[in-house]
Amino acid sequence: MSLELINVWYVVAAGLFIYGLKQLGSPATAVRGNLLSSVGMLIAVVATLFSQQILEFQWILAAAIVGALIGAVAAQRVAMTGMPEMVALFNGSGGIASLLVGWAALYNIGNTTFTNITILLSVLIGGVTFSGSIVAWGKLSEIMASRAIVFGAQRVVNALILITLVACGVLFCLEPAIDSPYLYAVIGLSLLFGVMAVIPIGGADMPVVISLLNAYSGLAACAAGFAINNNILIVAGSLVGAAGMILTNIMCKAMNRSLANVLFSGFGAVKTATKIEGEVKPINTEDAYLILEAAASVTFVPGYGMAVAQAQHVVRELGELLEKNGADVTYAIHPVAGRMPGHMNVLLAEANVPYDQLVEMDDINPRIDNIDVAVVIGANDVVNPAAREDENSPIYGMPIINVDHARTVFVLKRTMASGFSGVDNPLFFGENTRMLFGDAKESISGVISQFKG
Amino acid sequence: MEAVLLGLVLMLSISLGFELISKVPAILHTPLMSGANAISGITIVGALISAGSGIEPMASILGAVAVSFATINVVGGYLVTNRMLSMFKKKDDSTRAGGSS
Repeated sequence: MSLELINVWYVVAAGLFIYGLKQLGSPATAVRGNLLSSVGMLIAVVATLFSQQILEFQWILAAAIVGALIGAVAAQRVAMTGMPEMVALFNGSGGIASLLVGWAALYNIGNTTFTNITILLSVLIGGVTFSGSIVAWGKLSEIMASRAIVFGAQRVVNALILITLVACGVLFCLEPAIDSPYLYAVIGLSLLFGVMAVIPIGGADMPVVISLLNAYSGLAACAAGFAINNNILIVAGSLVGAAGMILTNIMCKAMNRSLANVLFSGFGAVKTATKIEGEVKPINTEDAYLILEAAASVTFVPGYGMAVAQAQHVVRELGELLEKNGADVTYAIHPVAGRMPGHMNVLLAEANVPYDQLVEMDDINPRIDNIDVAVVIGANDVVNPAAREDENSPIYGMPIINVDHARTVFVLKRTMASGFSGVDNPLFFGENTRMLFGDAKESISGVISQFKG
Repeated sequence: MEAVLLGLVLMLSISLGFELISKVPAILHTPLMSGANAISGITIVGALISAGSGIEPMASILGAVAVSFATINVVGGYLVTNRMLSMFKKKDDSTRAGGSS
């Protein structure tokens, strides 16, 4: 196939990516959108295989089979609760692929300085994406501590790494060679920088990191596109880059923090919240049942704790019982609840909760005064009134779901230890708050058996 | 000149991306992210070209490894997105078969 014809097919593929992304914007068309986008990918791959540049197929075939098998098995096996880790790993494999494509582009003949710069960029962004994603995966799967790892000279060390990176990059461009020691230095330092960039970020900030790594994986592909002069890589890569940037921005806004603040300051290290004293009012499942049974409207507010307790199925069951009982049931979801954007929505959808019952923070807050019972399951920061009232709180200014304005609030909590970010939550001491201590799944199952009994 | 044109393509695609994504509702953020992630596997095209060029053994090896990783990204990304999306159901068509335990 001639280069012109291949480019025509690339345009078709780009069109399918764009249209597919557009259709991903509505639950009704999203499945088709994803399918269209995958057809676009297939077209791009097949067109490339017909290119005259490709002379040997044995390497390609073996590599593609291995990759496809790993990808398919991983995608089928992963549990919905493990989705953030999976997305991180897929991001990472995209990143390392772009790094390698950039590296291999060095062997092309007649590279200009501009090409060499883009090669270094794809190595740099690809490397950061790869090692950053691996660290994110480690934190999410709790292979390593998920809290922020901070040490005194962190910023100095990071600045030094960055300066050395740039210096090695410049030195490489002055004297480009395939075995230049500066190339290896750039590769190594990029990988190191990815690790350093993600370790100071705590578990609750993971949605930002995952979206940002997603953006990087797109930008890495984009840089690789410049390196090998291929427009489909540039188009598709920058679409993904833009998507990731928007999600990152949404996540930052939902925490009322700047991206710089998320990336560079270990959470909770800056301010200490006003200590709140008060008395919690614990209840048991029987009392909870009696209140729920009389409620005309109930909203569930899930957080990461629901994922940990694997409670989404019993939550849906309780929701159905309440509906049969005549109550209006909704699920109010904060944009940063969980460990990645939209995490709770996926878990509830898996448990068969219809998506029209999933409501966003901005939709529930105006009518939360009329909700009889708000059931908080494993969420803490996203329902913490201190974000609204206590200027000393580290999360002050973060938009929250105002569950404390509901007529009654149930908080399902394992024990009275403070939540992830270690801030005290005045919600627990609220006049209308009842604490249901214990494992979320067991507590809800207890209420369900009261309903059935 | 080539670089200028590619830069133009870059600008247009980024603004198109912003335009497309800013309207996506929060409930679809995860599938959107993993679907976009699968698209970032487009780097497979570059990997294929390197792996098949047959000029430098080293370039072929780097390319082949890149093909494996990019294929994981593409195949895994699309499949997992599809798996997630097929769970999102509206009230009327959410089949309760097996759902009411």
